[in-house]
Amino acid sequence: MPGIPPLNMPTLTIDGQSVAVPGGTTIIQAADQLGITIPRYCYHPGLTVAGNCRICLVEVEKAPKLQIACYAPVAEGMVVHTDSERTLQARQEVLEFLLINHPLDCPVCDQAGECELQNYYMDHGLYDARFREQKVKKRKAVPLGPTVMLDQERCILCSRCVRFTDEISKTGEFGIFNRGDRAEVDVYPGTILDNKYSGNVVDICPVGALTDRDFRFKARVWYLSSSPSVCPGCSRGCNIDIHYVLDRPYLANGARVMRLKPRYNPEVNQWWMCDEGRYGYKAIDEARLVQPVSRRDGVTHPLTWDLSMAELVQLVQEAQARNQLSQWGVIPSPHLTNEELFLIRRVLQERLGITCDGRVPEQAGYADEFLITADKSPNRRGMQALDLAGPGDGAKPLVERALAGELRVLYVFGHDLVALYGMAMAQQVAQQVFLIYQGSNENGTSRLAHLVLPGTVYAEKDGTFTNCQGRVQRIVKAFEPLKGSRADGEILLELARRLGDPLPCAPSAEIFSAIGETVPAFRGLRYETLGPYGAPLVTEAVPT
Amino acid sequence: MAFEPVLSRRFGNAEGTWYDAYVADGGYAAAKRVLTSMTPAQVTEAVTASNLRGLGGAGFPTGKKWSFIPKDSPKPRYLVVNADEGEPGTFKDRYLLERDPHAVIEGMLIAAYAIGSHKAYVYVRGEYVEPYRRFTRAVEEARRHGWVGRQVQGAWDWDIVIHRGAGAYICGEETALLTSLEGGKGFPRLKPPFPAISGLFGCPTIVNNVETLACLPPIIQRGAEWFAGLGTARQGGTRLFSLCGHVARPGVYEAPAGVTLRQLIETHAGGIRDGRQLKAVIPGGISAKILTAQEIDVAMDFDSLLAAGTMAGSAGVIVMDETTCIVKALWTAAKFFAHESCGQCSPCREGTGWVFKILQRILRGEGHPRDLDVLLSVAGNMEGKTICVFADAAAWPVQSYISKFRGEFDHHIREGRCDLAGNPAVEHADAHH
Repeated sequence: MPGIPPLNMPTLTIDGQSVAVPGGTTIIQAADQLGITIPRYCYHPGLTVAGNCRICLVEVEKAPKLQIACYAPVAEGMVVHTDSERTLQARQEVLEFLLINHPLDCPVCDQAGECELQNYYMDHGLYDARFREQKVKKRKAVPLGPTVMLDQERCILCSRCVRFTDEISKTGEFGIFNRGDRAEVDVYPGTILDNKYSGNVVDICPVGALTDRDFRFKARVWYLSSSPSVCPGCSRGCNIDIHYVLDRPYLANGARVMRLKPRYNPEVNQWWMCDEGRYGYKAIDEARLVQPVSRRDGVTHPLTWDLSMAELVQLVQEAQARNQLSQWGVIPSPHLTNEELFLIRRVLQERLGITCDGRVPEQAGYADEFLITADKSPNRRGMQALDLAGPGDGAKPLVERALAGELRVLYVFGHDLVALYGMAMAQQVAQQVFLIYQGSNENGTSRLAHLVLPGTVYAEKDGTFTNCQGRVQRIVKAFEPLKGSRADGEILLELARRLGDPLPCAPSAEIFSAIGETVPAFRGLRYETLGPYGAPLVTEAVPT
Repeated sequence: MAFEPVLSRRFGNAEGTWYDAYVADGGYAAAKRVLTSMTPAQVTEAVTASNLRGLGGAGFPTGKKWSFIPKDSPKPRYLVVNADEGEPGTFKDRYLLERDPHAVIEGMLIAAYAIGSHKAYVYVRGEYVEPYRRFTRAVEEARRHGWVGRQVQGAWDWDIVIHRGAGAYICGEETALLTSLEGGKGFPRLKPPFPAISGLFGCPTIVNNVETLACLPPIIQRGAEWFAGLGTARQGGTRLFSLCGHVARPGVYEAPAGVTLRQLIETHAGGIRDGRQLKAVIPGGISAKILTAQEIDVAMDFDSLLAAGTMAGSAGVIVMDETTCIVKALWTAAKFFAHESCGQCSPCREGTGWVFKILQRILRGEGHPRDLDVLLSVAGNMEGKTICVFADAAAWPVQSYISKFRGEFDHHIREGRCDLAGNPAVEHADAHH
């Protein structure tokens, strides 16, 4: 750990294990450091302490009452028991209280399977109900806004959602209304929950009170697999987990990805992500390109991958023979990984001498002071560090050159010229040049291009993105590319192979190591050294 | 020697003791003395020596509480007056605010000077419309006569803000009061920090009860030793006892802190009404543990009642005669606590409602042999496990009523009815909570 060691480092004992922590640390934090998990509902490390759920009561020697671990600070010589009879008894009591008015509608509750009431009850339940009275009735299935559904009967009033909208999104929609066992969470009268970060309240709700309207009833959570990744929705690079289902095609019309969840990274997004990123996953399974296509004189011909690669290779070899590769242009995409961009640089720029220039007139999007950035691509810093963002010498961007008749072939990765330039200009480009489109999803350009090579989405590949802070972060392949599509790196490697000049590296780890050996900004970086939270580019100061 | 009232001497002025009458009776002389000839430390010393204890119910030594204000904080300090008198069975602050409001204002000025506060907030129970009206009038009088505002006695700037509560019992808990005063929902706060360190708006704050403050002018006027001598070894002065229930003369009675419960009931309040027999007494507001008729030879000071297994609390004495159904009495208390729990902590939010529903069912004649054990268990599970002492206050009646009158509860459960004549408990219990 960096920094000056604090002078005040009390040593305490938790369940017989000794630990020294900085003064002011709470018992629950110290226990977390030891890997001892004290149950929690209201406590969340990203929010202020409320201390209301009482599930974290622990026995502290010499203290007459049990202490809430989320609030009680450690002290020198303190002896804490998180598994003593008194502690376990208190936990069971609190669970009993929390459940007497709970509807126990687990079979129809979306939270079932990831519910902390269920989880803790398995360990500390009473299993012998003593409550013989009528439960309190409250409102159920209340839409709070476009993203979140509220069930007041399931709510345990932990106030995490209230604190999130007060402290993190700073939008203040939530409040607790009424008193006693009639208390209920709701949005203030006349407001709806509709802010840029609303989905996070579902993540932090420890029970089924707040559920995600997008995910609701799509799949039981025990069918979900999870794979760590990085959100490609903007240049922040929030760390995420992709939750997907491969073996139940009858769910969600066969879509594989069911939802995204933020993954903790103290350097980037802490525990949070924005709604735009959270609900941006649909492009993974919708409107995908799954068939290489050749288009001549307005007629479209499906191609096998073998034929499409043969056509590409033939184009390159003819141009080489006529010395026309200088009249080629490649527009790389900041949606590609560092590894893919490096292969573009190696194969197309360095070996074939083709101009690679990522400049296109992209509009800045919505941005805020928290997570959302104006640049809606995940890897512009990587593209810049790999010298593919465009020359600094004021040369004309490639599309302008194409329109001026200076190019014969334009090889576009991912971008949609129709969206960027308008249909008329894009059509003009397609008339001036042989247009190659390589990308994962249908767009205006894929419908104009003379050769279409279906690429993959981030969930289908290994690699790294470099976020706006210059932090290099791993993405992990969650599942295979859709049948008919092909990883962008493999397309480039195959091209190199067919041109008789194969690259020695194939797996992304090796490509990344090669980047570390050749590109100054990445010097010394390897997958093994990135760690769970990524690592900054080395040659420039990283703003934090 | 006849008892000489300290706090209630002007209570005969049913329409209020206004400025001229208060000054004619020696009013504001103590404040003048404090502001012109005493240091704040000397005032605190005198209060400490007087053995004055917090009369809102907790009985914490007032001088000691004041001493917790940090000496070196750059933040403003606030005096907050807890006039949110809501403890069932307690109505003594109401008398002070209505009949002797200047005594409270003078006490506030002395306290504000002692703790270095230039702004005092008075949080008045929402239902206390007349006390609010009269106290507001008194503050305006005091302002006109130079006791509130700038350069009071050439020595002290201060101002008073009066705020009316919105009807929540929990706002009498000092940290909930502060949150409410700040505009938030009346939720008690985690402690520490205590208000003296971080209270209103995060600043050092002293919260004192109305009656506590009204004791200050006499302490300054007649001396700490005199005041201490009125009470017991560890509790100086007198106390205003609110007596209600089945006594001949309900009302507020001032007596030395060490008066016995029997004296209060039999002498001050004229005994049990209609010649009936005493059955039980709650000595310190509805939260206090109940005493049986055999247990009333106890002194009413904080320490004696603690030793007797109950508490002096707010000195609200609720007297029940032999016609009282103790199950229904507990049901009434439980209804109150279920209604007033702020709902923040799980054990209190759920436990108060559960206890009430069980009692409701017993009164309906649908009791179950296991109910009393569940009631005691639920009460025990609430006690000492929450942010504030509300849950404890809700648990104590359950524990004490059942342990002292178990036979009556058993009978209700077994027979499904109340055998006390003229006590249609079942019908009453049908009322919605």
